[in-house]
Amino acid sequence: MNAADKKRLLREMLFARRFEERCYEAYVERKIGGFLHLYPGEEACAFGVLEAARPGHDYVITGYRDHVHAIKCGADPKEVMAELFGKETGSSRGRGGSMHIFDVKHRFMGGYALVGGPFPLAVGMAKGIKMKGGDEISICFLGDAANNQGTFHESLNMAALWELPVLFVCENNLYGIGTRIDRSTAVIEQYKRVCGYNIPSAQVDGQDIEQVYAAAKIAVDHVRSGKGPYFLELMTYRYRGHSMSDSNAYRAKEEERMWGKRDPIIILRDRLIEAGELSMDDYKKMDDEVLDHIENEIIKFAEESPEPKLEELEKYVLAENDPYVRGGMH
Amino acid sequence: MAVMMYWEAIRRAHDEEMARDPLVICMGEDIGVVGGTYKATQGLYDKYGPDRVIDTPISENSYTGLGIGASFLGIRPIIEIMSVNFAWLATDQIFNSAAKVRYMSGGQLTAPVVIRSPGGTAHQLGAQHSARMEKVFMGIAGLRVVTPSSPKQAYGLLKSAVRCNDPVFINEHELMYNMKGEVPDAEYFHPLEGSEVTRAGKDITLFGYNISVHWCVQAAEQLAKEGIDCEVIDLYSLSPLDRAGIKKSVSKTHRAVIVEEAEAAVGVGSEVMAIINEECFFELDAAPVRVSAVNVPIPYNHHLEKAAIPNAKKVVEAAREMVGK
Repeated sequence: MNAADKKRLLREMLFARRFEERCYEAYVERKIGGFLHLYPGEEACAFGVLEAARPGHDYVITGYRDHVHAIKCGADPKEVMAELFGKETGSSRGRGGSMHIFDVKHRFMGGYALVGGPFPLAVGMAKGIKMKGGDEISICFLGDAANNQGTFHESLNMAALWELPVLFVCENNLYGIGTRIDRSTAVIEQYKRVCGYNIPSAQVDGQDIEQVYAAAKIAVDHVRSGKGPYFLELMTYRYRGHSMSDSNAYRAKEEERMWGKRDPIIILRDRLIEAGELSMDDYKKMDDEVLDHIENEIIKFAEESPEPKLEELEKYVLAENDPYVRGGMH
Repeated sequence: MAVMMYWEAIRRAHDEEMARDPLVICMGEDIGVVGGTYKATQGLYDKYGPDRVIDTPISENSYTGLGIGASFLGIRPIIEIMSVNFAWLATDQIFNSAAKVRYMSGGQLTAPVVIRSPGGTAHQLGAQHSARMEKVFMGIAGLRVVTPSSPKQAYGLLKSAVRCNDPVFINEHELMYNMKGEVPDAEYFHPLEGSEVTRAGKDITLFGYNISVHWCVQAAEQLAKEGIDCEVIDLYSLSPLDRAGIKKSVSKTHRAVIVEEAEAAVGVGSEVMAIINEECFFELDAAPVRVSAVNVPIPYNHHLEKAAIPNAKKVVEAAREMVGK
C-alpha cells in the first residue's frame, strides 16, 4: 500500500465516520426512523478487507450495520442516505431502510437483520460463483455475536465440505448488543472456533487498517485461488451503542477510553503525519471537504427526494407479469 | 398421456428442467446417492453429478439459505425438505430471506427457489412427523404456495415453479407419492395461481386441496347417490387463493364445505370462509362449514390418529347436515 492509497483510505474512512455521525443527527431530528446501527470505530474492518478484495466484482453481504460496506462496494452515498430517509431515490427505493441497504449492481447483496442470517446466503453465493466458473469470491461480514447462531456452524461446515470460495470476516467488537463476549461465548477467540471445520483463520488488530489489509490480502488470495473458505477475525470496537435505542451503560468508561485512543482514523492519520505524507492542515481541509460534501450534496439529495408513491405499496412483493404464473405451454 | 405415479411425475419435472438448464440444481437430505426418501430425485445423481444433485448435511435452515443465496446469482435450486416437520427449522431463511428480499431490496434482488416438502399424517408417524404446515406458509407475503393433488399437478406445478421468478413452496403429501394418474406426454406448465373445478355440481361446493380433494371427490360420489349434487373445487394454489374461483362456485351452489387435513384454527378453511364472506355473503343459503383436523398433536395410536383427521365420511356428514338430510 503506497502513500497515495493510504491517503485515499484515510479520506474514505473519514467520510464513513462523518456520514455515520450525520446519520445520528438526522435520527435525532427524526429524519431517519426505525433502528439505526452505526459503524464509528470499526471503519478499518470494512475498508481494509474490501481494499484487498475487488469491490463491485466480489459479492458482499452483511448484517444490519451495513451502510459503510455498501458504500465501499460502490453504492452511491446519496442513495444510501436517501434510503435512510425512506425516499424513492434510496438504494432500496425506501422499502428497506437502514438494515436493508442493497446495491446489486455493485454486488452489495444486502444487509440482513436476523443475526447470523447471511452466513448461509454467503455460502450459497459462493456455490453460485463456483457453478458459474467466475473468479469472484463471496465475502460475509458479521459480528462476533452471530457466531453463536446455528447458521454459523451449519454454514461453515458446508463451505468447508464443498470447498466454496467464501471469506468470513468476523468484526469482533466484543459485545452482542449489551452482553459482553465472555458472558455469552465459551471460546472467546473466534478464530479458534473454526478449527472444527478445518477452515484456516487469523486474528488481527481491526483498528489498524494496514494490518487488516495485509491479513485480508492473504485471506482473499487463499479464497480466490480455489482453496476454499477462510475466516478472518478483526478485533474492533464500536464507539456508539449497538443501535440508537441503546443507552450504552453496560461498558466500563475505562474500556471505552482505551479503545477511543485506538481510533482507526487517528492511527492512520498520525502515521501519515509522522511519515511526512500529510499535515494537520491537510487533514482539516480533508475533513472540511468531507463535511461539505455530506451536507450540501448527500443530505440535500436525501431531503429533496420524493417519498415512494402510496399506490406502489404492493410493488416488489412478487415478480410482475411472470409468464409461468399463468402456466400453459411455452 | 402416460399414467405415472406422483413421485415419477416430480422426478420427470426435475429431470427435464435439469437437462434444459445447467443452472437448475436440486439439494436436500438423501436426495443424491439414495435418490430421495420418496424417490423424487431417483437416478439424477448419476445423471447430473454431485455438484448439481447435492446431498446436504442435516442442516435444514442453512442448506435452504444456501439455495437462496445461490439463487441470487441466477442458480435455480429445487430444495427438498424431507418432511414438512423439518421445514419449521428452515422457516427463518424461507420467510426472512426468500420471501422478503425482493421487497426490501426495492426489486433489485429476487430468490427464485423452489422448496418442496411433504406434509400430512401418514401411518402412525407420531406428533413430530405428521405436521400439516401449509397454513403457516400461506400467510407470508412474497412467497407462493402450491399443493398438488395429482401426478399431473405435481409435474406441472414443479415445472412452472422452477421457471417462475418468485420463491415457491410446494406442499406435497407423504401418502400421495404412489398415487397414479395421467400426465401429458408433452411438456406442460401448470398455472401457479387459480383453482380447478374437479367435479361440477349445483347444490354444495366442497373445497379441497392436496389429499383432501380426494376426500371431497369420494364424498361427492356418495352424496350424488343421495341426490345431493356437489361441486368439488381444487385449491391447488394456497397463496394466492383464487378469490374469483371461490366466488364463482359459491355464487352458483350457495353452500360451501371446506375440507382441510390441518387443524381448523388460522387455516385454509378460515381463509376461504373469510373470502366467501367478503365476496359473496348474500349469495349464501347456509353458513359455510369447515371439516378439519381435531386440534391435537397427532397421536401414535392408529384409532386415535384416524379420529384426529378428516375423511370422506366426515365430509358426507357435514354436507348432509347442511342440506338438512
